[in-house]
Amino acid sequence: MGLPLSRHLSRMHSPPTFTQPVEDEDFDLWIEAGHVEKHYWLDLWRYRELFFILAWRDVTVRYKQTVAGASWALLQPFLSMLIMTVIFGRVAGLPSMGNAPYAIMVFAALLPWQFFSNALTSSGQSVVTNRDMISKVYFPRIIVPAGSVLVSLVDFLVSLVILAAMMFWFRFPPAWNLAALPLFMLMATISALGAGLMLTALTVQYRDFRFLIPFITQFGMFVSPVGYSSEVIRDKLGADMAWLFYVYCLNPLVFVIEGFRWSILGGEFRLLEPPMLLSFAVSFLLLAGGIAYFRKTERSFADVI
Amino acid sequence: MDGDVVIRVEGLSKKYILGQRAGSAGGLRHAIEDAIAAPFRWAKGVASGEKAPRPRPEDKEFWALQDVTFDVRRGEVVGIIGRNGAGKSTLLKVLSRITDPTVGRIGLKGRVASLLEVGTGFHPELSGRENVFLNGAVLGMRQAEVRQKFDEIVAFAGVENFLDTPVKRYSSGMYVRLAFAVAAHLEPEILIVDEVLAVGDSEFQKKCLGKMEEISTGGRTVLFVSHNLPAVGLLCSRGIYLKAGRVESRGEISGVLARYREDFSTDNKPVFDAGHRRGSGSHRIVHVEIAQKPVSAREPLRLRIQIRQIRDEGPFHLALHFRDEWDTEIFSVDTAYLEKGILPPGDQTLEIAIGSPWLFPNRYRVEAFLHLGGIIDHWPDACRFEVDGDVAKRGYSLDSAKNRAQTLASFQVTGRPGLAHGI
Repeated sequence: MGLPLSRHLSRMHSPPTFTQPVEDEDFDLWIEAGHVEKHYWLDLWRYRELFFILAWRDVTVRYKQTVAGASWALLQPFLSMLIMTVIFGRVAGLPSMGNAPYAIMVFAALLPWQFFSNALTSSGQSVVTNRDMISKVYFPRIIVPAGSVLVSLVDFLVSLVILAAMMFWFRFPPAWNLAALPLFMLMATISALGAGLMLTALTVQYRDFRFLIPFITQFGMFVSPVGYSSEVIRDKLGADMAWLFYVYCLNPLVFVIEGFRWSILGGEFRLLEPPMLLSFAVSFLLLAGGIAYFRKTERSFADVI
Repeated sequence: MDGDVVIRVEGLSKKYILGQRAGSAGGLRHAIEDAIAAPFRWAKGVASGEKAPRPRPEDKEFWALQDVTFDVRRGEVVGIIGRNGAGKSTLLKVLSRITDPTVGRIGLKGRVASLLEVGTGFHPELSGRENVFLNGAVLGMRQAEVRQKFDEIVAFAGVENFLDTPVKRYSSGMYVRLAFAVAAHLEPEILIVDEVLAVGDSEFQKKCLGKMEEISTGGRTVLFVSHNLPAVGLLCSRGIYLKAGRVESRGEISGVLARYREDFSTDNKPVFDAGHRRGSGSHRIVHVEIAQKPVSAREPLRLRIQIRQIRDEGPFHLALHFRDEWDTEIFSVDTAYLEKGILPPGDQTLEIAIGSPWLFPNRYRVEAFLHLGGIIDHWPDACRFEVDGDVAKRGYSLDSAKNRAQTLASFQVTGRPGLAHGI
């Protein structure tokens, strides 16, 4: 409301003294206050090389700086898997799914979970760590957190090696379900990107989120079916508390993790049941919300960073 | 010049919110408090018959740019000049799409590249080769384009033997050369450059200027912000002089530069305005004057400075920076250079006698600071004076105008407690 009026007033005070009439169409680009970028996605496509290069930079730098390099991507999930198997499987004595070894059941969930939590952590920090670039050069800002998600995806692919080794060790051959794994990986990426964009924009606006993200990832591991199967929750809640299971499934990772398990361990296909579909839908809502909020705030990043 | 218009800036304004909150990065707690307080503010507004929502009480607006309007035609090389804080950098940032305008709009035609810094995105762990590709992408070059120009870039920078060394092991000279080399091989239709010449040694600066000249004579449109006014005068055909966020003058470069210099002498006499100054404010400089008139180049320059104590806090240092009519810092005087130069707390009057360097006949401005660790007081325009005399002034060459090394002045400080003239 206020903008066009004040613009109008300022024009009246000092009429522009242009010497050559030009039409709006003569220009390739009009930069205007609060105006929605017409070519947002086209622009993003133009900057695709930068997107891959930034991801490549982050991977290269990490592997150059750390002595153990790639083995960190292997060691971290492996140790988590050991601890969880001991605590949930042995100490708490929770049941596995079907005839799968507990370790493999846990690891099938740890893969997407680690990917998700790494993606959240690194994308949350990404804009702040790339502050110099953002305050000096234009590019679609979404590249930065999206690049972090891509880097986490690389780590995920590396840790697939452990899964293969474990399946070999336990002599647990994969079923044809494994072919669906990329699909669930895509779902994991959608959830991670949605949550990552949301948290990135929030971190730039409110630095408090830097301290909240570690909390979210810690807490999230327990409300997601990582160390246990979501069947355990469903059974405990029973039929009269079934609505509570819907609440549980508001977590987009429930679908992703159970999808991973189905694809790696086989077993009963329950992913099309309503609670799972709810979890599935939340991923997309999160992505839509994340993109919308990010786009709304990204234009002022350089001012507040 | 009768090229078509490639940049049109219409009624451009940019507002920043100052104060504690600095946008909304002030923290989540503020946002929550604010969300809770907003309905109450609104209710108060309605009760008192206001239409617009009330601004948050501690928000201070600052208009970095106000109603800036101009056209740039194809092939023009436009210099943007103005004091620190006049809005030059903000203008470039809005033109480069780094930040959004608040009001107004900008039309751009053709591929735009902006160079607000050399080496943006360089990563110290990566090799020279890797950084060329990274930096090229950051500046908006296609990888195919970088590959094609790679040998040329490396040759320009002269780092052939260190291509696979991480740039963290480069000397600062090599680093800057490589960074500039990448930027110099951008081939945009519109180039936006900020103070890139302020880096590197004087030989490299000359190389940069040469490249800039080559670019500007090659029919490309260039917007160039610099404090190096002689360079602006040489390179640019047209100029825009910004003053406090507004266009004070635009047109032929010679006229704009003349207007800028004229301003320097006709501005009002500096006034004591401690309320608006930076710094912690335990002490304030209340008066700076030249103790002898006329000022001759051959005699020591004597200044009298009065400092008032505002709060009972510890000692501090006094620094004076001398700037010429181009706003270039010529030399500075700082009690921190002296052994036991630290000044005691309390009201006091100081006299500083500067034996060297000699000042050419010209107009000068003194920027005064009190500091200790951080800034206690900063008076950007504390005193102005003119040097008369018979030391011949040499014409401005690029070399003499930009001696980046800090010139150390030889000076003495004598002080006594209390303020003279009952200030």
